[in-house]
Amino acid sequence: MKRYSAFAIAREALRHHTGWDRAWGSPEPKKSYDVIIVGAGGHGLATAYYLGRNHGITNVAVLEKGWLGGGNTGRNTTIIRSNYLRDPSAAIYEKSRSLYETLSQDLNYNIMFSPRGVLMLGQTQHEVRAYKRTAHANALQGIETSWVGPERVKELCPIINIDGPRYPVLGGLWQARAGTARHDAVAWGYARACSDMGMDIIQKCEVTGIRREGDKVTGVDTNRGTIGTKKLCIVVAGHSGVLADMAGFRLPVESVALQALVSEPIKPAMDIVVMANTVHGYMSQSDKGEMVIGGGADGFNNYTQRGSFQHIEETIRALVETFPIISRLKMLRQWGGIVDMTGDRSPIISRTPVEGIFINCGWGTGGFKAIPGSGWATAEMVARGAPGDLAAPFSLDRFREGRMIDESVAAAVAH
Amino acid sequence: MRITCPLCGDRDLREFTYGGAAVYMDRPGADADLDALDAYLHLRDNPAGPTEELWSHDMGCRAWLKVRRDTVTHEILGTALAAEAKRGAG
Repeated sequence: MKRYSAFAIAREALRHHTGWDRAWGSPEPKKSYDVIIVGAGGHGLATAYYLGRNHGITNVAVLEKGWLGGGNTGRNTTIIRSNYLRDPSAAIYEKSRSLYETLSQDLNYNIMFSPRGVLMLGQTQHEVRAYKRTAHANALQGIETSWVGPERVKELCPIINIDGPRYPVLGGLWQARAGTARHDAVAWGYARACSDMGMDIIQKCEVTGIRREGDKVTGVDTNRGTIGTKKLCIVVAGHSGVLADMAGFRLPVESVALQALVSEPIKPAMDIVVMANTVHGYMSQSDKGEMVIGGGADGFNNYTQRGSFQHIEETIRALVETFPIISRLKMLRQWGGIVDMTGDRSPIISRTPVEGIFINCGWGTGGFKAIPGSGWATAEMVARGAPGDLAAPFSLDRFREGRMIDESVAAAVAH
Repeated sequence: MRITCPLCGDRDLREFTYGGAAVYMDRPGADADLDALDAYLHLRDNPAGPTEELWSHDMGCRAWLKVRRDTVTHEILGTALAAEAKRGAG
């Protein structure tokens, strides 16, 4: 792999940019691998990367039925934060946020991490109490967040209407070191680093069946033939239930469409991320000037990557009250992704009833922020055969045992 | 997406509230074992394709419906009153 640097750009400029390599290979599948990861999105590629970097396992294939990073990794609103209430969540999301800080250097790939700050608005007394509690919890967890009053909110984001009328801004939970990153670049950077370690990233390779001998996994059937493995890691977000069905077990997961949109580009108007969970919308401004807007997931299970009209209408209707300047903006693009929701709105990083099959799913509406930490924890589990400290609380059996990590209450809706 | 209510006719999605998979109607009895309760409370089939689910016609007749729907295309493949469907099955 040729390193990217200012010097490399200068060198290539002198020869009309004819010397750049492909960032990752496009190999034919081998007969078998030590580890097969299904799903070349952020979480799958990060798992592969940390398997190689932290645990020295490089005979790895990452299978992707579509194109690399074409699922939810390329469909989110790129928010990175770690202001969670529960200790297990705070630990893994803060690990993730801190890995994001140096990820561009680690991968030698500019992921454009922008620690611009995330503000979660308190617009009801209930929400104010909940966020103050979160700020205290974060202080104990070693995560830097603070509760700020409405005047400070107005300073941080002058385009907010803090006076209501329906939902006046009573303050906000501020995490200065949170922010955004270039979502595609996260997948591309990990893919380039994995390919450089000799791993095979195989696109347009759909898993159609999972082979077992008794309770042990032996391989996968794909549209490009059967590939053997003793360790299979399923990291397919919205389609986790479909893969689990192939493997012969069920998951506490439901799939729904979550959508987002961007406006036409405007001049710089806001330099932080604002989340308004009471009215159910969140917004930031991209480097291109588009207002990036996300809202709630569809209220019913589905696998259509588009989202329903009434939800986007609700999101915009709510945000227009809080950000009156967006009322005349035109929508430029809208898209949807299939997110995998668990009952407690916390992810699953776990062994499964089938020996050798591991699963990473259930990130619901907030997986992008977790990519590096999730990959770190999942790689540790796959390499050792058992979850480490980061992953252990997120096991499948927490539902049966009644030890939910209840972020559905703590994080309200947009999460 | 439009759902045909057996009582009110063809109506817009916004009149309805989603109530989860139709298997929720088959609640395990008080003497059920832990596995059955775990499966009922937590585990989901979550199919990509035709599935049966419950919808309440909140903004209409307020009846619970059993709806057969394709989760990939949003096509409605059939509707019935949940109470009648349950009696028919039982």
